[in-house]
Amino acid sequence: MSFLPALVDGLCIGFVYGLAAMGLTLIFGVLRVVNLAHGSMITLGMFGLYLLSTHLNLNPYLALVLVAVLGLGSGMLIYYLALHRTMNAPHLSSLLATFAVNMILVGIGTATFSTSARNLDFALGSFHYGEGAISGQRLVAVFATLGVTSGLYLFLAYTSTGKYIRAVANNRYAAELVGIPSTSILALSFGLGTMLAAIAGGLIATFLPFTILAGGVYELKSFVICVLGGLGNPLGALLGGLILGVLEGFLPFFLPNLPNTWIPVLEFGLFVVILLFRPSGLLGAKQ
Amino acid sequence: MKRWQNSGLWLMLALLLVGGLWPAFTHNQANREMVYTILLSIVLASSLNIMLGYTGYVSFGHVVFFGLGGYVGMFLLHNHHFPLWSAALAGGIAAGLLAFLLGKAILRLRGAFFALATIGINEAIRALINNLTLFGGPAGISLNFNIYKDYGGAGEALWLVYYATLFLALATIFLSYAIKTSKFGLGLLAIREDEEAAEVIGIVTPRAKTWAYVLSAFIPGIVGVLFFFKNGNIEPSDAFRLHFSIEMLVMIMLGGQGTVLGPLLGATGYQFLRGFLLTNSFFKDIQLAVAGFLLLIIVLFIPAGAVGWLKRRFTLLQEVLP
Repeated sequence: MSFLPALVDGLCIGFVYGLAAMGLTLIFGVLRVVNLAHGSMITLGMFGLYLLSTHLNLNPYLALVLVAVLGLGSGMLIYYLALHRTMNAPHLSSLLATFAVNMILVGIGTATFSTSARNLDFALGSFHYGEGAISGQRLVAVFATLGVTSGLYLFLAYTSTGKYIRAVANNRYAAELVGIPSTSILALSFGLGTMLAAIAGGLIATFLPFTILAGGVYELKSFVICVLGGLGNPLGALLGGLILGVLEGFLPFFLPNLPNTWIPVLEFGLFVVILLFRPSGLLGAKQ
Repeated sequence: MKRWQNSGLWLMLALLLVGGLWPAFTHNQANREMVYTILLSIVLASSLNIMLGYTGYVSFGHVVFFGLGGYVGMFLLHNHHFPLWSAALAGGIAAGLLAFLLGKAILRLRGAFFALATIGINEAIRALINNLTLFGGPAGISLNFNIYKDYGGAGEALWLVYYATLFLALATIFLSYAIKTSKFGLGLLAIREDEEAAEVIGIVTPRAKTWAYVLSAFIPGIVGVLFFFKNGNIEPSDAFRLHFSIEMLVMIMLGGQGTVLGPLLGATGYQFLRGFLLTNSFFKDIQLAVAGFLLLIIVLFIPAGAVGWLKRRFTLLQEVLP
C-alpha cells in the first residue's frame, strides 16, 4: 500500500469516528454523563438504515435523514425514561443507567437479528486519483460529516436554543436562574448526541459490514477519541477522530510486519497515556 | 474489641458456610456448580465493593485482576509445573502488584475519568495478551489433563477448587467487614464523602486509596487462578470480559453498595435470577434485556439496594446489618 491511499482511507474513516465521538463528547459536556449506551445508538443507526433501505427500498441517504430524526427522538425518550432521575445522583447512577439501556437494546437486538454480519447492497461507484481510488460512499460520508459538524456549530453558536445548550453546559444552576428550561435542554442535548451517533452508524453501514454488536467497538473508539481531543470539546473530538483514523491507516503502511491485532493495543495504550499525562486532551477539556 | 461482637457478621458467615457446605453433604455436582458460581460472584462483588462502596471510585475494569491473576497462575501451572497453591498465590500477588502500580497512576483521576481509565486498561491488557505468544496469543493456555492427577483426578480437583473458593468467599466477607470497621476503613469512607476534607483531617489519601485498590485486587487474582484451573483453559476473551465487570456492579447495586452484606445478597440474588432467566423458555433469548431492565429499575428507584432499603424500612436492623 502506498502513502497517499493510506492517508486518504484513514482520513475518511477518521471523519466518521469523529462524528460518533462528537455525540459522546456533546453529551458529556452538557450532561456530565459518560454515555455507555452510545454503542447501541451507533448500532441503531446501522440497523435503522439497513431496515429502511432493504425493506422499504428507500435510497440509503434518504433513509439516513430518517435515521437522524429517529436518533434524536429515541435519545430524548431515553433521557426522560432513564436519565432524568439520575441527573443529581452520584456518577455511578448515570453510568449504570446508560449501561442498563445498552443492555436492553443489545439484548432485544440480539434476540431479533442474531449476531450475524449484515451488509448493505449498495455502491456509488468510485472516484480515482493518482495511484488510488476511493469509494463514493466514503466520499459522501466525509461530506456528510462536514455538513453535520458545521450545522451543529452554527446551531450552537447562533440560535437561541444553541445558546441555551451552551449555558446549561457552563453552569446548569445559573442557567436555571435566568429562566432556561434546563430539563428540556438536557433532553435535547442527549437527543442531539445520540443523533450524531446514529448518523455515524448509518454512514458506516453504507461502506462496511456490521453486526448488532459492532456499536460496542466504535463506542470504545469514541472514548479514546474523546479523551484524545478533550472530553466535552466537539472540535477536539473531530480532530481526535482524524488522528485515530490516520493512525489506523498509516500503521500498516509504516509497519507492514505488525499484525492488525496490535492496533487496539496501541489505541488503548495511547488512551491510558493521554488520561495519565494530559487528562484534558489535546485541545483542552471543558472545565 | 466490640466490633467483633456484631451478631450480623457471624450470622452472615455461618449462613455462607452452611450454604457452601450444602453441596458437600448432598454430594450433588449440579448443586455444587450452582453454589460455586454464587461463591465466585460473592468474592468478586465483595472485593469490588471495597473500591466502589467504601472509597467511592467506580471501576469498570475489576475483571482485569481476575484475568491477569488467572493468566499468571495458568502460565506457572502449565509451563513451570507449579503446585496449585503457589500458582494461586502468585496470581493473587500479580493482581495486587498490578493494582499497586495502577493505583500510583490512575487513582489521581476522579469520577468519570477514573471509570474510563479502568475500561481503557482492561481493553489494553486484553489486546496486549491477545498478542503475546508467551501467553498463547488468542488461543490462550490449555492445561494438560495429566495435571489433575496430582490432585486425585479431575473429579477431586473440582471439589478442591470448590472448597478453596468457599474459604476465599468467607475470607473476603471477613476482610470486607474488618476494613469497614477499622480506622483505615473510616479513612476510605471519608474519601468517599469528600476527598479534600479527608485530606485536611490528616488522611494520606493517595496511600489509602492505593492500599484499598491492592486489597480489592488480591483475592480476585487468586480466584482467577482457581477458576481457570477448574476450566482447564484460559483465553483473552474469557479472562478480560468487560461484561463480567458490569455484572459485578449490578450485583453490588442490587444488594446495596458500601455495606458488607450487600454484595453477598446481591451476588446470590443475581445468580438465582440469571439461572431462572436462562432456563425459562420465554426469557431465555431476551435474558440480557430483562437484566438491563431490572438494573435500570434499581438504579432509578432503589439506589441504596436491598440492604439500604431494609435498613430504612426497619430501623431495628440498622444496628445489626453490617
